[in-house]
Amino acid sequence: MFVLAELKDNVRIGPDQFNLKLVDAVRDEIDRKLANKVLLNVGLCIALKEIVSLKDSIILPGDGASHTEVLFRYVVFRPMVGTVITGKIRNCSREGVHVTLGFFDDILIPHAALQHPSRFDEAEQAWVWEYPLEDGAKHDLFMDVGEPIKFRVSREIFEETSPIGPPKTEGQSSQGAGTSAAAAAAASAASQEVKAPYKIIGAINESGLGVLSWWDQQGKDDEDEEDGEDNAEYDDEDGEGACEE
Amino acid sequence: METVNETYSYITNMEVMQILLKIKSTKKKFGMRNLATVTYEALQYLEESPCKTQTRESITNYLRDLATYKLKPHEVLQMVNDPPTSALHTQLLIDDNKEPLTDEQNEAIIQLTHKHFQAGNTEQTATTTTAAPTSTTTQPAAVTTTDETAETVETTPVDEAAATQ
Repeated sequence: MFVLAELKDNVRIGPDQFNLKLVDAVRDEIDRKLANKVLLNVGLCIALKEIVSLKDSIILPGDGASHTEVLFRYVVFRPMVGTVITGKIRNCSREGVHVTLGFFDDILIPHAALQHPSRFDEAEQAWVWEYPLEDGAKHDLFMDVGEPIKFRVSREIFEETSPIGPPKTEGQSSQGAGTSAAAAAAASAASQEVKAPYKIIGAINESGLGVLSWWDQQGKDDEDEEDGEDNAEYDDEDGEGACEE
Repeated sequence: METVNETYSYITNMEVMQILLKIKSTKKKFGMRNLATVTYEALQYLEESPCKTQTRESITNYLRDLATYKLKPHEVLQMVNDPPTSALHTQLLIDDNKEPLTDEQNEAIIQLTHKHFQAGNTEQTATTTTAAPTSTTTQPAAVTTTDETAETVETTPVDEAAATQ
């Protein structure tokens, strides 16, 4: 799910930090700038792994701070398309199921990519998989908030976000934070829609994907066990003969 | 900021967890709220994932055992981050359109998971000294994945005995 990205940047160390070792000061500055932020076409930056090299530090006229060009490797969250990830259901809406990973929220499984057939239950505000049983009856499998769900990454969308207007609230950097509430708060103050800079579109329309308890064959109670065996037969219909003996 | 290489290398969840644990234990500076937030949330996620019990050695041993199956690098990475515990799980992670995995291969891969990562299987070490003859009779039953816990506990000693030969 994570990759190491190699990045290069010019880091400014103010004179108040000259007491620190250059490496430590640079490390803190980079983390201060990048942690929990989305870099376009790179991903959600998590933390600095290592500094590869530092060029000479120079002082520019008019500024007492030192400027150093740094080459470093950063841990970035960017799952490959096709990866299977386990997350938790955040909420369901008409457009699909929203999944969260805790540190990353903008994952959507559109209703077209849910197990077929599924319907949206307005009363419960939840998507339901209408699992067809052998005798033509239907078994309703609900996708409730907080349930762990396994999904496959089908697409990733990077959007350019422009700086959010003149600061009525705090000034924001040009790349929005991946998950923080600050972006939402500033956006509501500016009354525009917040575009998530990095979105993942997922899919659960395969055997084995979806809420974990649907495929859990350990069978904690009768209902789960029944679902597990039924699902195993369902696999056969999909041609997954190997798992059913 | 310049992106020299946006995918310099892949990194396993376990390595990320170690980096974050180190950061958590050292940094307590002000102005680093973003780092603290993302570190905390990412650690919460990773600690609930299978990587919590992994170590460098267990992963390298796992990779060595997996080498016989000629898997693609991204499949191997996925298997390290989320070791398969059932046949269905394995089929999700491995693209077997060209060469479908046989049942024995599938079962063997699941055994590797239990052997290296002890996925919820705490009785593994206790049964190594016992039940060697009886395990042969349970082996055909173990190929079915309907009840993993009972059968796999008895069959892992056979695997380990075979491996040490």
